[in-house]
Amino acid sequence: MWGSFGFGILCAAVFALVLGIPTLRLRADYLAIVTIAAAQALYYAFGTSQFAAVTGGSNGLSEFGGDFYALNPIPKGRYNLGIISLSEKEVWVRVVAWGLVLICAILMYVLTKSPWGRTLKGIREDEDAVRSLGKNVFVYKMQSLVLGGVIGALGGIVFTLSSQTNQPSTWVSNFTFMTWTVLLLGGAATILGPVVGSAVFFMFLMLTQTVLEGLVNIGALPFLSIAQVGQIRYLLVGLFLMLLVIFRPQGFFGNKKEMQFNG
Amino acid sequence: MAKKATAEAHLEAIAKGAIEPGCAKVDPILVADNVTRTFGGLTAVNVAHVEIPRGKITALIGPNGAGKTTLFNLLTGFDKPNTGSWNFEGRQLAGVAPHKVARWGMVRTFQLTKALSLLTVLDNMRLGAQDNPGEGFFRAFVKPVWAAKEKEITERAEALLKRFKLDAKSEDYAAALSGGQRKLLEMARALMRDPKLVMLDEPMAGVNPALTQSLLEHIKGLKEHGTTVLFVEHDMHMVRHISDWVIVMAEGKIVAEGPPGDVMKNQAVIDAYLGAHADVDLGTVSIDTVRESK
Repeated sequence: MWGSFGFGILCAAVFALVLGIPTLRLRADYLAIVTIAAAQALYYAFGTSQFAAVTGGSNGLSEFGGDFYALNPIPKGRYNLGIISLSEKEVWVRVVAWGLVLICAILMYVLTKSPWGRTLKGIREDEDAVRSLGKNVFVYKMQSLVLGGVIGALGGIVFTLSSQTNQPSTWVSNFTFMTWTVLLLGGAATILGPVVGSAVFFMFLMLTQTVLEGLVNIGALPFLSIAQVGQIRYLLVGLFLMLLVIFRPQGFFGNKKEMQFNG
Repeated sequence: MAKKATAEAHLEAIAKGAIEPGCAKVDPILVADNVTRTFGGLTAVNVAHVEIPRGKITALIGPNGAGKTTLFNLLTGFDKPNTGSWNFEGRQLAGVAPHKVARWGMVRTFQLTKALSLLTVLDNMRLGAQDNPGEGFFRAFVKPVWAAKEKEITERAEALLKRFKLDAKSEDYAAALSGGQRKLLEMARALMRDPKLVMLDEPMAGVNPALTQSLLEHIKGLKEHGTTVLFVEHDMHMVRHISDWVIVMAEGKIVAEGPPGDVMKNQAVIDAYLGAHADVDLGTVSIDTVRESK
């Protein structure tokens, strides 16, 4: 399992490299298009029966986190934290996940305050100006793409470990757009933005699900069935994203002057 | 008489042999041969031979569309020529990526100022410095590796900002500067790299007249510091005032060369490229004249 942990991160880095070589020379929009298309292509590739021996085909894989949970130092039992109650496994996943968040946030903070981060900001403002000052813009863009890919891979690994299942269908474009919502909600070009953004976003998703289900159950929404609730909340997410773009393009933490959607 | 003799001695120090378009220089820093660039059917640049003298201020003038900026772009690697080769201090530069051109000491500015708006003025300056170990990805994580260099860079940046009278603005976003101040910032930023050759693309465009004088002084100051300057400009007063040598382009070709006084007297240049009133200061139209004409 630890091998696959490293392999996952390596794959993310290689994937970012392969994607970046043709697209980083183009405008950012094209990079976005290519990444979405590539994600879709991988989704179909991993779902085929050709690779079923490795990927489990469209059923995916499950119960692969044994090594990870074997490291769990937390004694067996239920842990009550206010209104929620967690098993020792759930506590362990959360500790590791937040630990990773903390490490990544600190590393990002250090990086953005460094000359490297300054150069990257310069590239955001004007590539040609930075080129004229003797910086290899392509290398910086590639480094940041790979870094983003690796952090994404870490998140994905923890995500699959928590449920111990991994199916290609989890990673369709919906997930990509949810991630974008998270980033924009928190504020692009911020460190705490994605952290708080994801917390708020997923709470919003759960809350709407629960509230709508509750309302349907008590008959307050006669035009909805329980099965439709799952879909309705994605409509709400779309609406939420649109409102966000219109009324608070800088997100929670973003500096409106410094960063809007298009940089 | 004595004044004229020194002026001629000064000329001889630049050109080697007869003064004509594409003539050889005593000590060229940049030599370009057969540089052409076409955009579809239009030949934007077609320069057979040109040499830029070292340690001098050279002006590149010509009417709009003469190919001056395109030549700049080609020489600095921002655009690729159809044919041509050029060397900078004996180093072949054709086909070299723009960031490498800059690293070798040939730094340019842009006609449309490219101040990095949402970085502070000081950060703009720091970005101009080279060989900062903190700009490497892995070393960026370890502050002790780059802290000393960063401090040195910051001190140099502050000194330069002072020279350009921007030190009071160092913590402001570059976006908060006026157009003329951005021109100054861009020039100062280019100097952070200690270039051997600075290429300024219309340094005076859009700069208010009050600031022009100080910009001129800065450009002259560059020469005193041993930096070679090549600039594109439309303002003939400025060209005459500060340049040692003038190269005239039209329709992509070099049509005339020489010291500013002589080039301005060249009737063909005056008529075709500068307009018949090039050496006459039309001045401002006084309000009384306007009233009288009514």
